[in-house]
Amino acid sequence: MSKGQSGLGKSTLVNTLFKSQVSRKASSWNREEKIPKTVEIKAIGHVIEEGGVKMKLTVIDTPGFGDQINNENCWEPIEKYINEQYEKFLKEEVNIARKKRIPDTRVHCCLYFISPTGHSLRPLDLEFMKHLSKVVNIIPVIAKADTMTLEEKSEFKQRVRKELEVNGIEFYPQKEFDEDLEDKTENDKIRQESMPFAVVGSDKEYQVNGKRVLGRKTPWGIIEVENLNHCEFALLRDFVIRTHLQDLKEVTHNIHYETYRAKRLNDNGGLPPGEGLLGTVLPSVPATPCPTAE
Amino acid sequence: MTPSAHGAGKGGARADVGHWAGPRRGRLLLFFGFSAIEKTSLKMSKQQPTQFINPETPGYVGFANLPNQVHRKSVKKGFEFTLMVVGESGLGKSTLINSLFLTDLYPERIIPGAAEKIERTVQIEASTVEIEERGVKLRLTVVDTPGYGDAINCRDCFKTIIAYIDEQFERYLHDESGLNRRHIVDNRVHCCFYFISPFGHGLKPLDVAFMKAIHNKVNIVPVIAKADTLTLKERERLKKRILDEIEEHNIKIYHLPDAESDEDEDFKEQTRLLKASIPFSVVGSNQLIEAKGKKVRGRLYPWGVVEVENPEHNDFLKLRTMLITHMQDLQEVTQDLHYENFRSERLKRGGRKVDNEDMNKDQILLEKEAELRRMQEMIARMQAQMQLQLQGGDGDGGAHGHHV
Repeated sequence: MSKGQSGLGKSTLVNTLFKSQVSRKASSWNREEKIPKTVEIKAIGHVIEEGGVKMKLTVIDTPGFGDQINNENCWEPIEKYINEQYEKFLKEEVNIARKKRIPDTRVHCCLYFISPTGHSLRPLDLEFMKHLSKVVNIIPVIAKADTMTLEEKSEFKQRVRKELEVNGIEFYPQKEFDEDLEDKTENDKIRQESMPFAVVGSDKEYQVNGKRVLGRKTPWGIIEVENLNHCEFALLRDFVIRTHLQDLKEVTHNIHYETYRAKRLNDNGGLPPGEGLLGTVLPSVPATPCPTAE
Repeated sequence: MTPSAHGAGKGGARADVGHWAGPRRGRLLLFFGFSAIEKTSLKMSKQQPTQFINPETPGYVGFANLPNQVHRKSVKKGFEFTLMVVGESGLGKSTLINSLFLTDLYPERIIPGAAEKIERTVQIEASTVEIEERGVKLRLTVVDTPGYGDAINCRDCFKTIIAYIDEQFERYLHDESGLNRRHIVDNRVHCCFYFISPFGHGLKPLDVAFMKAIHNKVNIVPVIAKADTLTLKERERLKKRILDEIEEHNIKIYHLPDAESDEDEDFKEQTRLLKASIPFSVVGSNQLIEAKGKKVRGRLYPWGVVEVENPEHNDFLKLRTMLITHMQDLQEVTQDLHYENFRSERLKRGGRKVDNEDMNKDQILLEKEAELRRMQEMIARMQAQMQLQLQGGDGDGGAHGHHV
């Protein structure tokens, strides 16, 4: 799931990550659609294949997040969506005649795009991550990193890391879920040095030094997406896809989902959902009640 | 006063202004050069101010030297300009202002973290600098609005800002209607740079709402911040999108006045270029970077150097040119249009307002009358005294003096 204000390059980045057009780019909705009035959830599923391995990838985009004048509680539709997916899985699991492979629509990873202001996180970012780091794996990403020079980038990252720490926001990989020492050292390194990844996305190719590379062409130079001196896209890709993909799924299943399940069963008095009052649909959003109406 | 001495005096004062500006009004300047403002204030003159005509010439009355006198007086008086910058935090507003005026307006700046920003409301910070260039003084006030657009709920963001603008108008109105009008300080906001984020796809709802709320009170100049985020194509697309949205929402931004037909081609061309580049996409920086053998102000990236003053990289020069050559016009539009609108609204409202407002007005009238009476009495007393002195103490007494 990719989250962040419009125009931060979410769709472009997802396309770059999976080297295919898996996300509908904003330019196509530029002309007809306006900024949506409420946060919408758009899920698009794809099947991609590499080396004989098939993967069903679902990208969930959230246009309209953080774009309004009043952004209070704009994370609620998203929290609701995530919990709905858990609910679906739970219902299937407790079914008497359940399927062998339960269709898994749960959100395994949430890429949160931080605007590269160079100053600090925005209050909205903090609030969102506080609420959602408990239900889903959040990977903070600094969008459009070509706005910042190298010093600005490292200063900004340090400040963001510190702010996240001070506010008690556990982003993926969470410290408490490190299983052994090897994991811990590896994840510590990532947590303290690389994250949040400062990325640049692009789906256009240019010729640089005789090779065709993905990049952005500006009058003062070409920014190469996969060049580690320019941005950390390659690190993000390796992290999410090549090394931690399975772990993301496991943490989602073993921890976030179990937390949700335990809470639901507790709410229902130890019984699986659906076996309460007949026909009652129990509220599936254990979110904090919103104080103001829209 | 011999003509030669007179000429030398005036020529000396104007020589530096004359030699690079050449022709009449403010032109494309190669450096900061706000001393061209005085040129734009000489609307009457078609003559080069350096030329001094010998008054002995037959058929010459001499009032053609009026512009020179105006020029001298206005240079002595100095100029003042108030610029407001509005935009979300982190868009490079302070850096741009520092780059534009080659000063450091914010020497000890602490940027608050996100948790502190949650509690903060919009504040207004006005900083004034007096800069001087070639004998021309400019009193520049920059009004900053930290906290704008930061909160999760930005509904009340611009109330503070609008209140500030109105307050300046109010104060000017009050001063203008006062008895002593000699030293009116003009703190009205002459121009507002509105910073649009380059990360979006155009204007955000907050941008539109804010601009609609102030377009009748202040000249809005939209500026696309951090333009080095965009490739050229993206920039064109964004500019067009913003212009379309401005038109769609009927937002009145500041329009550069067309060059008059008697101006030369260069100036007309320059005005055309400026008009075509709105909204300006700028990059600000005060760091000197070594590029192609010379030191330029810019930003150093691993993939290249963005030069602030390179017209191919961004519109910084155009923005600066526009600001300088049209500073006078911005002030005039503020005075003739926005202030007059405010004034007529205010005075219309004044009649129908609540009781204490009326009472205030009555009180003011009473006070003024009392003051007048006091002054009259004082004059009468003084005259009586003079008479007494003249008559050598002839105790005719009294304040029966003439009534003034």
